[in-house]
Amino acid sequence: MRHLFLTFLALLWLALPGVAQTTEPTTPGPVAQILADNTALIERSSRTTIGPVIDALAASGDPAAAMVLDAWANRSLGLREADGTFFLIAESGDSYALRDITGADAGTAPKADITQLRPNAGVRGLIATALVQFQLADPDPAKRRVALESIARDPAPENLAPLRAAIANSPDPAMTRLERLLTLRFDPDPAARVAAIEGFGADLGLDLRGALNPLVATRRLAVAGTGAPESANVAATLTPGNDLPREEAYDILVAAGMAPARLTVADQRASLVANIADGAVGGIPLVQLDDQSARDRAYTALEAAGLAPSAATEDEVTAALAAHSFYDVYAEPDPDVTRAARDALDRIGMTVGAMQAADLGLDALSLASIYFLAAIGLAITFGVMRVINMAHGEFIMLGAYTGYVVQQVIADYTISILIALPLAFAVTFAAGVAMERLVIRHLYKRPLETLLATFGISIALQQIAKNIFGTQARPLTAPGWLDGAWVLNDVVAISYIRIAIFVLAMLFLGVFLFIMKRTRLGLEVRAVTQNPTMAASMGINPDRINMLTFGLGSGIAGVAGVAIGLFAQVTSEIGQAYIVQSFMTVVVGGVGNIWGALAGAAMIGGLQKGIEWLNPSNTLAAQTYMIIFIIIFIQFRPRGIIALKGRAAGD
Amino acid sequence: MKKGFLAKNPSVLIFLLCLAAFTLAVTLLSEAYGVSFLSTSFVKTLGKTLCLCLVALAMDLIWGYCGILSLGHFAFFGLGGYMIGMWLMYARTEEIVVQALAGGPLPPTPEEIVTGIGTQIFGVVGGAEVPLVWFFAHSLTAQLVLVVLVPGLLALVFGWLAFRSRVTGVYLSILTQAMTLALALYLFQNDSGLRGNNGLSGLQNLPGLDEVSQDALSVWFLWASALALGLGYLLCAWVVSGKFGSVIRAIRDDEQRVRFLGYSVENYKLAVFTLTAIIAAIAGALYYPQAGIINPAELAPIASIYLAVWVAIGGRGRLYGAVIGAAFVSLLSSWFTGGRAPDINLGIYVVKWVDWWQVLLGIAFVLVTLLAPKGIGGLFDLYQGRRLPDRKGADLGPDDSSLQEKEAVQ
Amino acid sequence: MSALLEVSGVSVTFDGFRAINNLSFNIGPQELRAIIGPNGAGKTTFMDIVTGKTRPDKGSVTFGERSVSLLSLSEAKIAQAGVGRKFQRPTVFEDQSVFDNLMMALKKPRGPLAVLLFRPKAEDASKVEALAAEVGLGDQLARKSGELSHGQKQWLEIGMLLAQEPRLLLVDEPAAGMTLQEREQTTALLVEMAKTRAVVVVEHDMEFVRRLNCKVTVLHEGSVLAEGSLEHVTKNPSVIEVYLGRG
Repeated sequence: MRHLFLTFLALLWLALPGVAQTTEPTTPGPVAQILADNTALIERSSRTTIGPVIDALAASGDPAAAMVLDAWANRSLGLREADGTFFLIAESGDSYALRDITGADAGTAPKADITQLRPNAGVRGLIATALVQFQLADPDPAKRRVALESIARDPAPENLAPLRAAIANSPDPAMTRLERLLTLRFDPDPAARVAAIEGFGADLGLDLRGALNPLVATRRLAVAGTGAPESANVAATLTPGNDLPREEAYDILVAAGMAPARLTVADQRASLVANIADGAVGGIPLVQLDDQSARDRAYTALEAAGLAPSAATEDEVTAALAAHSFYDVYAEPDPDVTRAARDALDRIGMTVGAMQAADLGLDALSLASIYFLAAIGLAITFGVMRVINMAHGEFIMLGAYTGYVVQQVIADYTISILIALPLAFAVTFAAGVAMERLVIRHLYKRPLETLLATFGISIALQQIAKNIFGTQARPLTAPGWLDGAWVLNDVVAISYIRIAIFVLAMLFLGVFLFIMKRTRLGLEVRAVTQNPTMAASMGINPDRINMLTFGLGSGIAGVAGVAIGLFAQVTSEIGQAYIVQSFMTVVVGGVGNIWGALAGAAMIGGLQKGIEWLNPSNTLAAQTYMIIFIIIFIQFRPRGIIALKGRAAGD
Repeated sequence: MKKGFLAKNPSVLIFLLCLAAFTLAVTLLSEAYGVSFLSTSFVKTLGKTLCLCLVALAMDLIWGYCGILSLGHFAFFGLGGYMIGMWLMYARTEEIVVQALAGGPLPPTPEEIVTGIGTQIFGVVGGAEVPLVWFFAHSLTAQLVLVVLVPGLLALVFGWLAFRSRVTGVYLSILTQAMTLALALYLFQNDSGLRGNNGLSGLQNLPGLDEVSQDALSVWFLWASALALGLGYLLCAWVVSGKFGSVIRAIRDDEQRVRFLGYSVENYKLAVFTLTAIIAAIAGALYYPQAGIINPAELAPIASIYLAVWVAIGGRGRLYGAVIGAAFVSLLSSWFTGGRAPDINLGIYVVKWVDWWQVLLGIAFVLVTLLAPKGIGGLFDLYQGRRLPDRKGADLGPDDSSLQEKEAVQ
Repeated sequence: MSALLEVSGVSVTFDGFRAINNLSFNIGPQELRAIIGPNGAGKTTFMDIVTGKTRPDKGSVTFGERSVSLLSLSEAKIAQAGVGRKFQRPTVFEDQSVFDNLMMALKKPRGPLAVLLFRPKAEDASKVEALAAEVGLGDQLARKSGELSHGQKQWLEIGMLLAQEPRLLLVDEPAAGMTLQEREQTTALLVEMAKTRAVVVVEHDMEFVRRLNCKVTVLHEGSVLAEGSLEHVTKNPSVIEVYLGRG
């Protein structure tokens, strides 16, 4: 894609009048001269031979050089067989439209007369490098940037000189940075390289790490005797069996041809099979060869008879290892540079570590907000009313599907989300109230049966959703302004959608606190929670309060469903994915307390991210360990992080 | 004991006679030993149902009698299946590998056989090494011991942790559910050493019994399952009949009071939890050879909740209730989801039972909980004309003490 | 005289509220003692501490000749050591027969295995029958205890306590909800029981305490306000202030 873009730019440039027209068309410029001198080389170009020609073209100072090189790389340079003249060609039907190498129109020619030059990838690479200097000097900043990007993608020592020349003309921070990066890798003077490395400090750029890492790359080396390898920049001396496994050490020797290979079981078997004679191998009958030691004896017999290659025995391996010393050697010969690079990487590593911790913290925070959103409704129904609602996950699902349906009706994503949020609340609020009136009200004294009855509702709701919406995932698309991420640097970034969820979670916390602490409803809810009989005798209708509380918890689950649906696939099982974690959040945090749910969500989110970080390959394992941790945690704080104490906690 | 145990508990005798009659009838109707009225796959379904009845029995003991709504007993069931499955799969693969290697020019060494088995079994998860958890897989005896030991130890450790910290009621239910989820997620991993989400397969083939047809095997397993169910029923009935049963029912009703009587409630709960976990594991070990395949999805928390559903519908707090519930609901479920139930045409909408059975089950479950807490077993009370004492308020159900609703309100 | 139960310097706090404050209390092996005090004085919490339901923040509770500390024991172990408790509301296992209730309470090994293998012998059965007769439930053995009247449940619970053979008996408001005749019966029974063991009665009702005719401990705001005969404590000005001054 980028390549096409580059080509397009180059063509634009070609189309600019004036650039190509400045020289006299009649006198052949240096470019024409060089082309004419090297016709054969150019026609049969190869990476190994063409270098000097390209360099000469680039150095010619002829304004036509850039155009010719570009055309060559793009297969629009042609050679007229008849007189050996080069033209810029463009295909039109059966013939080529010709322009001479200064860009002036030169008529057309049938295809048969012109040989189109088709440089291979290697040659094109060389041409591209040569073109860089022209592009770097281009007055258009966009083109300069493209050139810089192309160098950054594939840095080479040759780029250094044009880069410095370009900086001298027009200083530019991006160009300077790239020059420093190239300097630290390719400058012939080690002192300049060290200075360049140290100039970066603890810069976090991926490009810097990309430039430094090759400098500290090492390879394993075995040397006969004990002396260090001469003229090598040794990174570490290794002792077999200690910091280098013996097998690996011996493999290095074998690979370097310094020791015979050990006998593999497969090789041994092949040799034995090849030497079966009269139902026996090496004098041992076949039937006895179902045992490794018998096979070893048979092979030794074959060795003695010269029928099989001799293989290294364990003693020989030990001797070979003792006779050699093993080193890690830097590919980069200069020790000052490697030391500076290592120090710089260590510095960067420290900073990156800190940044990664910050990033992990952000990740954990966003996961915690999700769990909090999923659990806050539960914190109300389970925490405040002590009613366990196994269908809570299905209310989340209901909210998500409401969002989906709204998006089917209203195309604008922003408006549809704004409508979906209150609508989801209304739908699940109604569902919650209905469930409370029809089922839960009759089971207040039977908590375990509430669990089972709501589970029955859960499977019914799940199956109904499956019957209506099918089993495939339905998309709930976030509005465009939530796309993308807030990028702090190369390490720390967080997507806007997660920020939005965090804000939503905080908003809910605020709303919940407001309702409970500042409104009449909240007062009545607290009264009913603490002593229903007393509350009833004071004129509060506990049935109504219970119904409203349950509706509120369910409604919040619905809104959470819309939020979760924005980044997860909406299926009938979406609620199931969160239900256990939600319960964990409430239980770990401490039942009956919104701050408990918050603390629980923070702990579970942080823990899960932390474990994932320790074992990044495996989220399944992370969840397993997290649950085990929670089970153990409950041992020490059975009432959760924020526990109600004393008699109020009940039994 | 002056009167015999069975004489004192006539329902046990009736149950055992029914079970024996059922087993005999199925045998006589089977393809292998009878008139071929029942297909082999149906005999297997019946055998599996007997195993489900056994695990429901365990669930009833822990929930109906001891008041602990465990949502983890299907995990023990699955673990039992995994333990026996490891031997079945290993031994079966060993036969195949030995046969394959016997054709080679050299007789195979034990190492080559093990490598061959490893490649065969673990190829799907990109491994060839036989993991350490398969250390005993070559030995039937060892794996049979593990069927009891692994789930038993897990239950012991988990129960010890949970009961020690006095986690009760719905908290405990959620905690057991979390345990189940953790176990299922662990088994889903490829590096758990149990083939990740592929699970263990080919379990219906018994190693060394190649010449026995599946027709006969299905009946053998039915016998074994019936025997296990009979013995399990006897054991459970014996446990709940004496003072032990008295104590665990007392724990269900008011555990604090039991503590003040001097019984260490935690130890009793732990004993019942572990015992029922072992029963569940044995049921699983008999179930999965009939099912042929086991994978981690079988251990998902939802399965354990269904177990609770069966027991609740059957009627908890009575052993035959659990058996009836498990048999009734699971057979009905396989009838509906198997597509054999006729669709209902409502004119504007055709109710396909494959789609709507779950909905029906969910609603039925809510209704049973609300209106008939005693489940199907309650019908027997009606039949016997057993009347409850005249009490105020509605029954609170078997798990929240025997106080009636009005009395419980202080 | 060595005390059977010795509570010294015990304090316990719930959420900043000091329910028991530096409480000390002794009772001998064969003694009847009444604890009185207004609501919130810490009577129930005191019993909770002795029976192991609540752990104090500081202080010590020792029991028996060897002065075993009860603080490190579980409720079950404390009960096995010989502390019985009767609740204010009768708590019996209503789903089970009177016989089963009493059999469960009978002093026998309490371990799960022992209980699992336990089968009642003839002497156990006769013991249960004797107990039932003692508390007037001799002809109710086969009935479910849930079917009993309130008073009968009280008696059943007392029978269960007797079956436990405790050395120290904590009785919470035994007279609540009883008729006059039942009160007299209860008084007699408590006095009788106190001849062979220590009995602590927590009671509101002064009249009932007077009948018991024993040493009285007055609790107020979590500590002992006064101790002595009922005559003695009712003359104590601070007791009068606590009981009457606040209405």
